[in-house]
Parts: sequence; structure tokens; C-alpha cells
Amino acid sequence: MKRFITSGIAATALSLPTLAAAQEAVSFDQKVNDIFASSTGWFVNLIFAPLPGTAFPWIVLWLVVAATIFTVYFGFIQIKAFGHAISLVKGDYTDPNDAGEVSHFQALTTALSGTVGLGNIAGVAVAVGIGGPGATFWMIVAGLLGMASKFTECTLGVKYRNEYADGTVSGGPMYYMTKGFKERGLPGGKVLAVIFAIFTIGGALGGGNMFQANQAHAQITQITGDFSGVITGVIFAAIVFAVIAGGIKSIANVTEKIVPFMGVLYVLAALIILIVNYDQIGWAFGQIFAGAFTGLGVAGGFVGALIQGFKRAAFSNEAGVGSAAIAHSAVRTKEPVTEGVVSLLEPFIDTVVICTMTALVITISGVLVVDPATGNFVLNEAGTAIKTIDGSSGVALTSAAFATGFSWFPYVLAVAVVLFAFSTMISWSYYGLKAWTYLFGEGKKTEMTFKVIFCFFIIVGAAAQLGAVIDFSDAMIFAMAVVNITALYFLMPIVKREMNSYFGRLKSGEIVKHEQ
Amino acid sequence: MSQTTMIVGLDGSDAGKRALDFAKTRAKLIGDCHILLVYVIEWSPFSFQTAEENEKRHARREEELNLAHERVVGPAVQEAEAEGCSVEGIVRHGDVAEILEGLAKKREASQIVVGRMGERNMKERLFGGVTGRLVAASTVPITVIP
Repeated sequence: MKRFITSGIAATALSLPTLAAAQEAVSFDQKVNDIFASSTGWFVNLIFAPLPGTAFPWIVLWLVVAATIFTVYFGFIQIKAFGHAISLVKGDYTDPNDAGEVSHFQALTTALSGTVGLGNIAGVAVAVGIGGPGATFWMIVAGLLGMASKFTECTLGVKYRNEYADGTVSGGPMYYMTKGFKERGLPGGKVLAVIFAIFTIGGALGGGNMFQANQAHAQITQITGDFSGVITGVIFAAIVFAVIAGGIKSIANVTEKIVPFMGVLYVLAALIILIVNYDQIGWAFGQIFAGAFTGLGVAGGFVGALIQGFKRAAFSNEAGVGSAAIAHSAVRTKEPVTEGVVSLLEPFIDTVVICTMTALVITISGVLVVDPATGNFVLNEAGTAIKTIDGSSGVALTSAAFATGFSWFPYVLAVAVVLFAFSTMISWSYYGLKAWTYLFGEGKKTEMTFKVIFCFFIIVGAAAQLGAVIDFSDAMIFAMAVVNITALYFLMPIVKREMNSYFGRLKSGEIVKHEQ
Repeated sequence: MSQTTMIVGLDGSDAGKRALDFAKTRAKLIGDCHILLVYVIEWSPFSFQTAEENEKRHARREEELNLAHERVVGPAVQEAEAEGCSVEGIVRHGDVAEILEGLAKKREASQIVVGRMGERNMKERLFGGVTGRLVAASTVPITVIP
């Protein structure tokens, strides 16, 4: 998920109210902040509450414990089925007669476009900035475990999706909660589904929308200088509206092509920096492993590294949140397990590959200040994070790290951030819409109501620094994980049955590769 | 002697029609010849789509298949049948060159007849159009009708 702690740039940009409009916006923000904080603060505190005596948010433990349980329960499916996942994405097992239907590759990339983004660029910088390179180790561990959570939710997403008479499909946790619970004779499926749908709408409007618009605006102002966020908001809202309500395919088509290109460009740039500094890769990995267990003098020691790593991985790949189950359920397959297997590549690409790249570049670039005498990192004045050469954090830190390799990269990164924000909004508008239609029924009018609300919130998000609103929205996304994982625990025997049947038939030769 | 199979690529253009006319004439000369009329809807499983497009893909695919049968393949099959040819129409999604070549192998066709298509965009100018790729990869003789 594309979230990171608000970077210094955003705060600076919005704390310079040179325009009258900005000043008005600040007072408006303040009002909204106050109302939200007083009415929703308890919910945020509840979701992000630390475990007694620690700074470890229980929600992160909830996600990691679930991922570990699924990993063990499904016999390390992420290792066992990794090769098969790649075969499936390549289309080796796709019936040629199904050509023209949604392929595994398309379902995977659609889901990935919702998760790859700010979390990979800025979230990692926050993790490494606070927890040191050792946080990367725990991030990778959490990413690997999260693959099993994705497998579970996406298998169920396809198995219990709704297929309508007009050929369209709707899937996601709402459907497996109601249908799956009914099939197992369990009560409460409908209640869980309704709660999940409410949280999804909140998450879609907040983390999947306002937060994205807000950070995109912060990035733009860093290059152009400060201007009112309303302008960015209106432009963004108009483009998003044209895509989701107007069906202007050309914009979506352009984004679809540019976003993966940006992702590849980002990884390539990281690789080039790593290749140029190949002599330091060994040292960087040494820092990652040593820091994972000793902390190397970072804030909070090794526990700090562990918390940051786990937290950022969970925020970045959304494993267990349930959003991916909505995106993956459109695939055309007779075997739900195949999509579950394909989906386990998602946390791998998002967290294990892309996040690690960012972390390595930050570590190698030397933007983190090291004490030459001890070899340990130097903390900033407040003692809350590692001191950086230019005092930056979040996306600005990643930008500075990449700039050590390519001075022009910050511009590319700014474009990438804006595009990633845009693609996340498109993805989350869909997740929100599915939850909305689940609650209020399918229909053109109902759908349009949600789309208008969604676009309105883009303007609010870009125009304001709504800390409390964003905290609440993030809490909503993680609340989705509370409901979703509860359901997954009850439904995992169904997934196991499907998994055993599928892999049994694969082994016996009943399921074979198709000649293309 | 076993029946001869000839594959004809249709694309709704005049060149496609000329390819069919050519095939019909040859089929009549051969005698026991079966014509396979193939219309390919350009599609790649490796393109990027939005979630909403994915949701509607199945319905959209049905529509595309129906339209292709209704507007191009159906009338062509009728016309060829009226002239006494043994004919069958197929609509597939995918890459034209790959599908025609794949069908030629599977149905043991003796030749492929296609209309010449101009290079439609920059990519085709650089890497060659469908006809060029088909000629380069085919395992059976190909007749390209100008």
C-alpha cells in the first residue's frame, strides 16, 4: 500500500502559506482536523495501539501472525508453488480456447498497480531511516510470509465470486464471507461482510485517495514551488472522473502503459546504481543482516528495526487486507487455486524485490550518516531517526539516494510518484465501488454516486493537510485486515481442500500444460 | 487421397476478400478441398488492464466473437458455401501470425492464403507486419494476395 509517514517536504510545502487561498485552506483544514480528531481518534488509537509495554502496534503483529499461520498451514506454499506461479503467469496452463479472457498475467498486474507505489519508494525510506538497514531484513521476512496470506485470500476471492447473467463478475472478501460462511454452516458471514465493506469504503476514500492526492501534490510543489492544492486536486479529480465515470479509456490506457514502464525504470535505475557500487553490495547486505539483530545503534535498537520492517512491509503489500482478493477475482480460470498461486508473486515483487532495491540504494548511497569512529549510525537531534546528509526523510530521502547516482532522477521520481498515486486511486476507486455496490446494490445511479464522492475527496485530499483524516483512513484499511483475516481463519480449510485437490491432480498428470 | 485443407486469413478488408476469392478458385481446381476461414481479433494476454476492464472482459469477449461471426466470418462462409465449397469459419483472439501458423499445423493444412496488409504503425514498421512475420515463421507455403 502506498502510504508513508508524511515527509518533510509535504510539511514544509504546506507550512508556507504565501497565498491567501492556502491560508484559508489551513483554517478549513484545522476545522476538519478538529472534528475528525475528536470523533475518530479513539478508533485510530484502537487500531494502531501498541502491545502493552512495547511500541509494537498490535495490528502489525496480527498481520504477521496470520501470515505465519497460513505459511505453516499451507506447507510453505510460497516456496512450493513459486515455480508453478511463474508457469501460470506465462500462460503454460491456459486453455487456448480461453484466449481473449482475463489472463493470470493481467489479474496479477492489475493487482500490482494498486500496491506498487509510494509504499515502495517512501515507506521503505521511512523504515530504513528509523530502523536502519536491518529493517530491510524484517521487511523481506514479512514480505515472504505475506505471500501465504495473499494466496489464501485470492483463492477464496475467485472461488466465491459472483458471476452475473451479463457476463460480468464481482468478487472479494464480501462474497467469500457470505457464501463461504454459509457453505461451512457458520453464522455471522453477512455481518462480517457488511463491516468489511464499510471499512473498504473508508480505506478507499482515505489511504487509496486523499493520501495519494496529498502526496502527489507535495511532490509537484517540490519541483514547481508552492501553489494551492485545490488546483492539483481539481485536475486530478477531473482526470480520475473522466476515467472511472466517463469511461475515457485513452487516459487509462496511457496510465496502464506508463505505470509499468515507470516501475521497470525505477528498478533498472536502482540496479544500475547497485552495479556501479557493486563493491559495496556485500557491505550493504552485511549491514542489513547485522542491523536486523543488533540495531547498529539505530533508534529503538533491533526491536526498532523489526517493528519498522514488519510495519512497512504490511503497509506496502497489503497482504491480508483483502483488497487484492477484489482485484484478482476477475481472472478466467476453472481452478481458484491457480489465481491464489499467481497472487503470491505480488508481495514477492512488491516487497522482496522492489522494496529491497530501494533499501539497498539508500544504504549504499551514503545518505545515512555513519559515525566513522564506531561504524554505527548517528541519530538526529531528536533521537527519533538516523541523521541524513540533508535532513530529509520519506520520499525525499529516496530521491536524495537516487540522486547520488543520477542527478536528474528526482524529476523522474516525481513523475513516477504522481503516476503511481494516480494508478492507486484508479485501483482503490474500484475496490471502494465494489464495497459500495455490495452495500447499496448494483446500478448506474448508485455507482455514479460513489464515483462523484470519490472524486470530491481527491480535491479535499490534495488541498488539505488532513492528518487526522488520513490517520483515520489508514486505520480503516487496517481494520479491513482485522475483519478479513478473521474470515480467513474460518475459511482456510476450504482453501486447503482446494489446494490439495489441485496439486494432487497436477502431480497425477490430470492437469497438463497446454500446447499453445 | 485425403482431403486438402487450405487456411484463409480474413480481416474484414478488401485484401481479405480477394484472398478468399483466390482460395475458392484454387479449391475448385483441387476438388476435394476444405477451406478454413480464420478471423483473428488482435489480443495479448500480456497487456495491462484496469480492474474494471477485467471485470467486463468476459462479456466483452463474447461480444467481439459474435460481431466477428456476424459481420465478417458468417457472410464469407455463406458466400463460399453458396458456391459449393466445403468451408468452416473460426474466430480466435490472439496474434494473427501465431494463430494461423498454429492452425496450419494442427489441421495439417497444405497452405495459407492471406491478403497483404500494410504496416499500420511504428512498431510494425520496425519489426515487420503480420504478413512478414507469418511468412518468416510458417511451416507451410503462403500465398500473399496484393
